[in-house]
Amino acid sequence: MEWEVVIGLEIHVQLTTKSKIFSGSSTAFGADANTQASAVDLAMPGTLPVLNEQAVKKAILFGLAINADICRDSVFDRKNYFYPDLPKGYQTTQMDFPIVGPGIVEITLSDGSTRRIRVHHAHLEEDAGKSLHEDYHGMSGIDLNRAGTPLIEIVSEPDMRSAEEAVAYLRKIHSIVTYLGISDGDMSQGSLRCDANVSIRPKGQEEYGTRAELKNINSFRFVERAIKTEVLRQIELIEDGGKVKQETRLYDSDKNETRPMRSKEEANDYRYFPCPDLLPVHVEQSVIDELLASMPELPDAKRQRFEEEFGLSAYDAGLLTGERPVADYFEAVASSAGDAKLAANWVNGELSAALNRENLTITASPVTAEQLGGLIQRIRDNSISGKIAKQVFDALWNKEGDSADAIIDSKGLKQVSDSGALGAMVDEVLAANPEQVEQFRGADEGKRKKMLGFFVGQIMKASKGQANPGVINSLLNEKLGG
Amino acid sequence: MPNHTIADILRGLEAKTFSSEEITQQYLNAINKHDSNYNSFITVTAEQALAQARAADAARQNGSAGTLCGVPIAHKDIFCTEGVRTSCASKMLDNFIAPYNATVVERLATAGVVTLGKTNLDEFAMGSSNETSFYGPVRNPWNTDCVPGGSSGGSAAAIAAGLTPAATGTDTGGSIRQPAALCGLTGLKPTYGRVSRYGMIAFASSLDQGGPMAKTAEDNALLLQAMAGFDHRDSTSMDLTVPDYRAGLNKDLSGLKIGVPKEYFSEGLDPEIASAIEASLDEYRKMGAEIKSISLPHTHLAVPCYYIIAPAEASANLSRFDGVRYGYRCENPKDLDDLYCRSRAEGFGEEVKRRILIGTYALSSGFYDAYYRKAQQIRRLIKQDFDEAFKSVDIIAGPTTPNPAFALGEKVSDPLTMYLEDIYTIAVNLAGLPAISLPAGFTKGKPIGLQLIGRDFDEITLLAAAHQYQQRSDWHQQAAPGSV
Repeated sequence: MEWEVVIGLEIHVQLTTKSKIFSGSSTAFGADANTQASAVDLAMPGTLPVLNEQAVKKAILFGLAINADICRDSVFDRKNYFYPDLPKGYQTTQMDFPIVGPGIVEITLSDGSTRRIRVHHAHLEEDAGKSLHEDYHGMSGIDLNRAGTPLIEIVSEPDMRSAEEAVAYLRKIHSIVTYLGISDGDMSQGSLRCDANVSIRPKGQEEYGTRAELKNINSFRFVERAIKTEVLRQIELIEDGGKVKQETRLYDSDKNETRPMRSKEEANDYRYFPCPDLLPVHVEQSVIDELLASMPELPDAKRQRFEEEFGLSAYDAGLLTGERPVADYFEAVASSAGDAKLAANWVNGELSAALNRENLTITASPVTAEQLGGLIQRIRDNSISGKIAKQVFDALWNKEGDSADAIIDSKGLKQVSDSGALGAMVDEVLAANPEQVEQFRGADEGKRKKMLGFFVGQIMKASKGQANPGVINSLLNEKLGG
Repeated sequence: MPNHTIADILRGLEAKTFSSEEITQQYLNAINKHDSNYNSFITVTAEQALAQARAADAARQNGSAGTLCGVPIAHKDIFCTEGVRTSCASKMLDNFIAPYNATVVERLATAGVVTLGKTNLDEFAMGSSNETSFYGPVRNPWNTDCVPGGSSGGSAAAIAAGLTPAATGTDTGGSIRQPAALCGLTGLKPTYGRVSRYGMIAFASSLDQGGPMAKTAEDNALLLQAMAGFDHRDSTSMDLTVPDYRAGLNKDLSGLKIGVPKEYFSEGLDPEIASAIEASLDEYRKMGAEIKSISLPHTHLAVPCYYIIAPAEASANLSRFDGVRYGYRCENPKDLDDLYCRSRAEGFGEEVKRRILIGTYALSSGFYDAYYRKAQQIRRLIKQDFDEAFKSVDIIAGPTTPNPAFALGEKVSDPLTMYLEDIYTIAVNLAGLPAISLPAGFTKGKPIGLQLIGRDFDEITLLAAAHQYQQRSDWHQQAAPGSV
């Protein structure tokens, strides 16, 4: 039977506010355990939450970015369950009246086709702390630094039909929230986390199959692998006459398998009710208008502009606009180099390969946009050839000099265009290869063109790549033609 | 110094008749000597009190005295006090030293009060008799076989016994007014949002409100002045100007329209209380007030509505007491579930557990609409009753309680009868309104309370009405038999 995969994602995005959603504690990552937990975060008796206005604004920005309705009077609810890293014994979240209503996210697949994924809603809530199960000799440690970090949970409709679509959607959400500057999007630090609801159904069937919820998927790669693994499990299960159980499953990236969570890890009845400590969040239209006006250029608009303004291909523009730091870097290179196409080639080519090789993000690139722009300028004015440019790039990467010019100077890599010096070199090569010269002179026009390459190669070799190929060509033509 | 009011003490301090250290020492001596009869204090902070008193005397010397400088008071042990055990009368918090001060504590400290200690209460303020305290029941100074009322029973008994001139209380369904009535005191539940709840250990967040308890309306005004006002740490506190309550005590009340709900005089009301209330209304007539009969038709729904909403909120509010970060933790838990179950089973008393169970049930999936949502709808109807009434009257008057102080142990095994003791006070919390209870007579040697209910944030009219009645009556000046 042919199966259709149905996927919906719940994405948790930590918002980059300075302080927590209901207290004044810092949200910075990586501090010593429990040093960023105030009386409110520890749920000391008598403490009360006060809503962080910045968290609300960031959530609204996200809503505006996906063309969603903004709820003008959203309500916080209590979601009750016991867990040691949940200090109050309930999570403050939004259930019936989330701040962001239905919206749309458009994704582009590798074949260039696009799909529209519906967002059901996005709500504000507080993050829990962390339970640390190692190093405590059979006990657990609790770190409440993260408790109260503001999150938006973005809940999609079950609109994705493959792991590839799910990854593209997740990447798009990542791209939107980082463009908006509302999250650092760092999945390795848990700033962006994803649960996937996965089910299968016979192709053509309208009714959804029973879904499993996959938890704990903390990288783009794992999202794809977890979903594919789970889909295979479900297909095998059903084809063997079994039934998918509605349950929460953990993805184990080491074993590349999903397995059910212990039933105790699943709470059954959260007993949601409106939090009496917080008033409904009323948002004035003027606030929405201000946020709209402050909205930065989003990935789709930027991609279109790169195509139109710089004449880039859809593919290049897509690569460059996926992440805002890449787009910003590219624009800086393009402006300093004065040639957007060359800039795109270098950013998507040499730079991207080097970053991947060393597993670095573009913000950590050892070569600055300014330096890369300077390098491209020297290519444009024929100071260096493309081949030498790669050497200069490597030298910049290894911090052997502050700028392309400095490296070109110190290494003496400047292209030689002086016809006197090159003329001597040409003479030497011709003198050393009398047979080839003879053959050349006897050959027809078509063959001559091919043979010319041989002489150019010899001269480039003799000049360690620094000879200006244009000058050599005209010198060769002059001397061989005679 | 029997029957000293805050106003008396302030006059004495100003006239240098005595120092704060002297009267503080006298109250500490009285507590030391007599509180074994009442059990009204859980913690006495003698050294700290004397240090505060000396500081107050110094401040008075150098002219930097706050409005209540050097006046000793006590705090209900539900308000967090930095460095001092804050137990909520529960085994759960018997070992809990609060790391910060409640806003109410902080503001009163700024005004210069001296804190004698922390008073007893029903565990987590859940009760109407002060019999659910982990530290044992409190006895009523007017009759030590009787309860002082609750949950602010320790505060009430301490004042009535002359162990403190005043105290803070909290009122979720009558917990200031009912003990004030049963102990012959004046106690004010301010409008919801008037006094910050920050640092006041939550029972039912949408109903809880801190307020003053003292002998006179004037003292209530002095205390409320220091306690009230917007607090950015409490999102439900209201950013409104706080009027000068003491200056308002003598405001002209001629033509004041007083509504008397017929539902508050139906069956279940002690006839002697009924006639005492009638007599006090006559007094108001003589003062130029107009008495009107009104109806609050949903009164009979207030108790059932309250006993859904309050326990529902409490069931979540008390989840933080889990044995993980502070408070009671059971011995040798074998796993996480065991830690939770036994810490909470052993740390909470019966009434607290009963209410957590009721609230958990009311919020459960499948029951939410029938209980919690329905109760919220009824709550709106109750509020509308009051809104309607306040179109034709300025304040509403009636008994604070249907019965005077009852015997210790009399109702403890019958929670439903106990809950009905709050029948006149509970609706006020559901509607968020301010209300005051003041002494209005005696029945068989036990005090009777008159309740006045006001419009939102109109505490000033209630204080004025109570104060002017107290200028013409001496119920509030009577001393309990055993008082100091």
